[in-house]
Amino acid sequence: MIHSLFLINCSGDIFLEKHWKSVVSQSVCDYFFEAQEKAADVENVPPVISTPHHYLISIYRDKLFFVSVIQTEVPPLFVIEFLHRVADTFQDYFGDSNVGDTLPTGQLSNIPWRRAGVKYTNNEAYFDVVEEIDAIIDKSGSTVFAEIQGVIDACIKLSGMPDLSLSFMNPRLLDDVSFHPCIRFKRWESERVLSFIPPDGNFRLISYRVSSQNLVAIPVYVKHSISFKENSSCGRFDVTIGPKQNMGKTIEGITVTVHMPKVVLNMNLTPTQGGYTFDPVTKVLTWDVGKITPQKLPSLKGLVNLQSGAPKPEENPSLNIQFKIQQLAISGLKVNRLDMYGEKYKPFKGVKYVTKAGKFQVRT
Amino acid sequence: MTDSKYFTTTKKGEIFELKAELNSDKKEKKKEAVKKVIASMTVGKDVSALFPDVVNCMQTDNLELKKLVYLYLMNYAKSQPDMAIMAVNTFVKDCEDPNPLIRALAVRTMGCIRVDKITEYLCEPLRKCLKDEDPYVRKTAAVCVAKLHDINAQLVEDQGFLDTLKDLISDSNPMVVANAVAALSEIAESHPSSNLLDLNPQSINKLLTALNECTEWGQIFILDCLANYTPKDDREAQSICERVTPRLSHANSAVVLSAVKVLMKFMEMLSKDLDYYGTLLKKLAPPLVTLLSAEPELQYVALRNINLIVQKRPEILKHEMKVFFVKYNDPIYVKLEKLDIMIRLASQANIAQVLAELKEYATEVDVDFVRKAVRAIGRCAIKVEQSAERCVSTLLDLIQTKVNYVVQEAIVVIKDIFRKYPNKYESVIATLCENLDSLDEPEARAAMIWIVGEYAERIDNADELLESFLEGFHDESTQVQLQLLTAIVKLFLKKPTETQELVQQVLSLATQDSDNPDLRDRGYIYWRLLSTDPVAAKEVVLAEKPLISEETDLIEPTLLDELICYIGTLASVYHKPPSAFVEGGRGVVHKSLPPRTASSESTESPETAPTGAPAGEQPDVIPTQGDLLGDLLNLDLGPPVSGPPLAASSVQMGAVDLLGGGLDSLIGDTSFGPPPAAAVPARLGAPTSSGLSDLFDLTSGVGTLSGFYVAPKAVWLPAMKAKGLEISGTFTRQVGSISMDLQLTNKALQVMTDFAIQFNRNSFGLAPAAPLQVHAPLSPNQTVEISLPLNTVGSVMKMEPLNNLQVAVKNNIDVFYFSTLYPLHILFVEDGKMDRQMFLATWKDIPNENETQFQIRDCPLNAEAASSRLQSSNIFTVAKRNVEGQDMLYQSLKLTNGIWVLAELRVQPGSPSLTLSLKCRAPEVSQHVYQAYETILKN
Repeated sequence: MIHSLFLINCSGDIFLEKHWKSVVSQSVCDYFFEAQEKAADVENVPPVISTPHHYLISIYRDKLFFVSVIQTEVPPLFVIEFLHRVADTFQDYFGDSNVGDTLPTGQLSNIPWRRAGVKYTNNEAYFDVVEEIDAIIDKSGSTVFAEIQGVIDACIKLSGMPDLSLSFMNPRLLDDVSFHPCIRFKRWESERVLSFIPPDGNFRLISYRVSSQNLVAIPVYVKHSISFKENSSCGRFDVTIGPKQNMGKTIEGITVTVHMPKVVLNMNLTPTQGGYTFDPVTKVLTWDVGKITPQKLPSLKGLVNLQSGAPKPEENPSLNIQFKIQQLAISGLKVNRLDMYGEKYKPFKGVKYVTKAGKFQVRT
Repeated sequence: MTDSKYFTTTKKGEIFELKAELNSDKKEKKKEAVKKVIASMTVGKDVSALFPDVVNCMQTDNLELKKLVYLYLMNYAKSQPDMAIMAVNTFVKDCEDPNPLIRALAVRTMGCIRVDKITEYLCEPLRKCLKDEDPYVRKTAAVCVAKLHDINAQLVEDQGFLDTLKDLISDSNPMVVANAVAALSEIAESHPSSNLLDLNPQSINKLLTALNECTEWGQIFILDCLANYTPKDDREAQSICERVTPRLSHANSAVVLSAVKVLMKFMEMLSKDLDYYGTLLKKLAPPLVTLLSAEPELQYVALRNINLIVQKRPEILKHEMKVFFVKYNDPIYVKLEKLDIMIRLASQANIAQVLAELKEYATEVDVDFVRKAVRAIGRCAIKVEQSAERCVSTLLDLIQTKVNYVVQEAIVVIKDIFRKYPNKYESVIATLCENLDSLDEPEARAAMIWIVGEYAERIDNADELLESFLEGFHDESTQVQLQLLTAIVKLFLKKPTETQELVQQVLSLATQDSDNPDLRDRGYIYWRLLSTDPVAAKEVVLAEKPLISEETDLIEPTLLDELICYIGTLASVYHKPPSAFVEGGRGVVHKSLPPRTASSESTESPETAPTGAPAGEQPDVIPTQGDLLGDLLNLDLGPPVSGPPLAASSVQMGAVDLLGGGLDSLIGDTSFGPPPAAAVPARLGAPTSSGLSDLFDLTSGVGTLSGFYVAPKAVWLPAMKAKGLEISGTFTRQVGSISMDLQLTNKALQVMTDFAIQFNRNSFGLAPAAPLQVHAPLSPNQTVEISLPLNTVGSVMKMEPLNNLQVAVKNNIDVFYFSTLYPLHILFVEDGKMDRQMFLATWKDIPNENETQFQIRDCPLNAEAASSRLQSSNIFTVAKRNVEGQDMLYQSLKLTNGIWVLAELRVQPGSPSLTLSLKCRAPEVSQHVYQAYETILKN
């Protein structure tokens, strides 16, 4: 299992270490630093590194590396999942860099994921259906790849031992689902109903994937023309965004991010809406668009200044699009009803839907 | 108010203040103080000085406080082992607390205290907790066994905890089952050959039941354990698969992958005609795809595994090509893996899509990725014949970009395409030749040269091109030089008239001016061939080459099958069997996929291994007799260090030595092994030196020693305490004279001389009868054996314990002190047999309160044997009688200082225990006499 754990910040300081068996010297992290240097970008550090006597399995979360030291053959996914859980716990506990209010105390219960004796004055059960669209759109605007990554996050504050059943209008949509352990798998298999005794508080009830191409609507389109002239130190940039299959809802929170080629020195652009920034060091262009109003489509146009004398860039920058649509699950998933058994009170129930862009990329 | 306040500090005399607060009467204040202590501890301040005060707070019914104190204990017990013992009592008490949470907490903490001294105190509480009525306590105790095993494996085995763990696999509570499996798996890791996790259909059923209800981490252990089971037939395999399939929908990716492993392995046993086989294939795809939407680190491990799965069963993911398409902001390690899988999945049906993607990637920023993408296009051409033409034209497009590394990669792969489809795409050669000058990487240069040589007859200026390379011949890498040599020879064979000069030039460069033997040899071979038989040369050099295979980088099938058994492990990430990289390669048992066995034909066929790995795969450690003999001979010739003594030349010992380092370390781990020089049993007083001298001592020893028991030499003075001098020794008594057998080893780097020895005053006046004679200086790493004669006429002082002897040894470096305990029987004199009448009188005379009774257990000797064995150590049987079936031996012995000890030894036939009653006017010796009895009788 995990022999030791090191927490390393972005500047390479080992600021926390924990050893479960014997103490493994910090110097083992040198192998990690070596790999980090080779990777150039922090996100590119390989998660499994072998050293002469140990294996280092690491995750990168919130600008921190969690580096675990392994000595025997162990499932790396076990370790990685566990490290993410450790990171989650830290996040819960430290919150906004403050130490949390209480140290957790354990409590015995017949249901391992729910403590006994939960009491609330207001009994509430909220569900958030959140769908993210991952897509690659090619130059011509056709979809190379698209799928929906959905989750249902629950916030349950119910007294006692409530037994819940959540049913959907169209459960057939869900053919690739991962469940929280509280869900009774057999019930789902036979009736397509989510039946469970929930954990107390916030948790992820299910995550699912919808990939069948005709079910994945693409709510925005992008018109673009990015060109660099041969033997000249300038180029043109022209991007326009418009609504496509948006089911009549407003698309908001739109941001466009573009990693421009290295030879780009500066950009001189005019947005019809929102503001833009260009970081000449990282070459990242960020355009904060806001909402789309169909009457006047937002666009960003202007000149690109290149390093003089450098050859015209070979690579075409991809556009990374972020957006959000409230009150809509783009897959069409709809909750039918929520029933509670096992307790007598009447809970307050609510369901919210939101669709967002996940890894949504437009190639140019 | 938040807990952060505990971290703000620090005034002067903090420790002092905390001490006062910890000892406060007010519970609240105490708790606050402990919190402050913990806060200091977590930020790395040393608060170990507060150990006793914090431990005092342990006895509380406040759970939060108790947890904090336990936390403190776990941190400091290791550095304060003596103080940690103070906490033992509370642990024992807490393990009986009415609150199961406290019982579990106590047993959990106990396991985390890695102090050897404490472990034995923990056995009883642990035993109780393993049988606790509350499952929470039992499951915690199960893990504690694994922790204890890590500290002291022998103890865990001796205490029978392993059997208890095995029993817990049938526990009624799923969490307990899961933790028992987890603990056993962990322990089995250090005992790979043990059958700790032998599974049968009943235990499998238990595991499958527990699987549905235990925690996610427990599920991983259970699934990994199930994967090691071999079902007896296809029906059993299918029923296990059916019960494992729901795990594919688990949110924890490690659970999913472990479930995939079980299914991939057991599928092997199912017939492809079964409907269920098809269903299973369909069910495997979605969870694998879902893994790809997780965090990038998880994706990476998943992709490495999918790479194996795709090679073993391509049908599972054949429709999922698109999920492997690369996003521009994927980490590079994810991109490269996705690309690899895309090629493996490429087929006629999806090749157009794949090619379009690859072309896109070839214009990305990351150089490594672009190169791999270009190579991938070449691999597609080779794999899918219908696409070859499109691939070649894509590559030509890429060459037109003139991006240097793209061009070079393209040329390398085009060479492979030529070899797969000869005489088809040579029209592109002209375009390739245009880029000749820009090639600066050896692989690309070599590829280009190969192309020019191979198609020399179609390239008008082939000779000029090759000649241009020849100019800098010596600066080229070997790869390029070899290729150039071959290409020019080919050219000569094709166009002999114009190129004679060129070929002579290259042959002389290769054979006369090169230091590289490969190059010279190849040069000579061509030279000889060309000069003796040009026709034969043509047949050899221009022979038709075999086509290159479809896919060059497939994993070899038997390795692939083995790796499928290791899905989800590090082996699957590295695509190597664990034996190739697990530290020390110790005891790795090869796994293999189960043979397909249909239920109808498999009624208890002896060929099918019932559980675990097939028997044939077990490593064979027992050497043949010949090897053993050779090994013993080697032993004789070896330097006089601590080899195993000849007397113990059992097959096992031979085997251990034969296998050398690897297994030695294994033995060392499990603590059977002899630590150097110390516990090697010296049979019959033989000193531990080379095997040869053992042999001599063995023969001579039998005559003179007449069975006097000599303890094996023990290290009395470790080298680290005596500037490199290590002393081990034992005591003997031979025909009336006592001696101290010493072994001095110089473990320092300098020579040692001027040895002398002195004893402190002791209970029986033991003193050296002669000076310590070390004849030659002791050089580094040298060992000498010395027998120091002793007498008992030295000064007397009562020691505690009675048989304690303090010794000073001097050499040219320093004076060193150590103390040792001598066995009392070296003081039993030869004339210790008392007259019968005298015995009776003395027995009556010594007051009854001076009589002590002892039990000598596990000593199944009859009266006869016991008597003769004792006599050889000067304990004499005065009389013997039989009372109600029991043999009573009346014995006497006399110590060097004239003290008589009288004994009654009761031997009950059929019972392994002897009862010893001792009477002596100086009762303090009784205890030591009893120990002497025990040592003599049991050895």
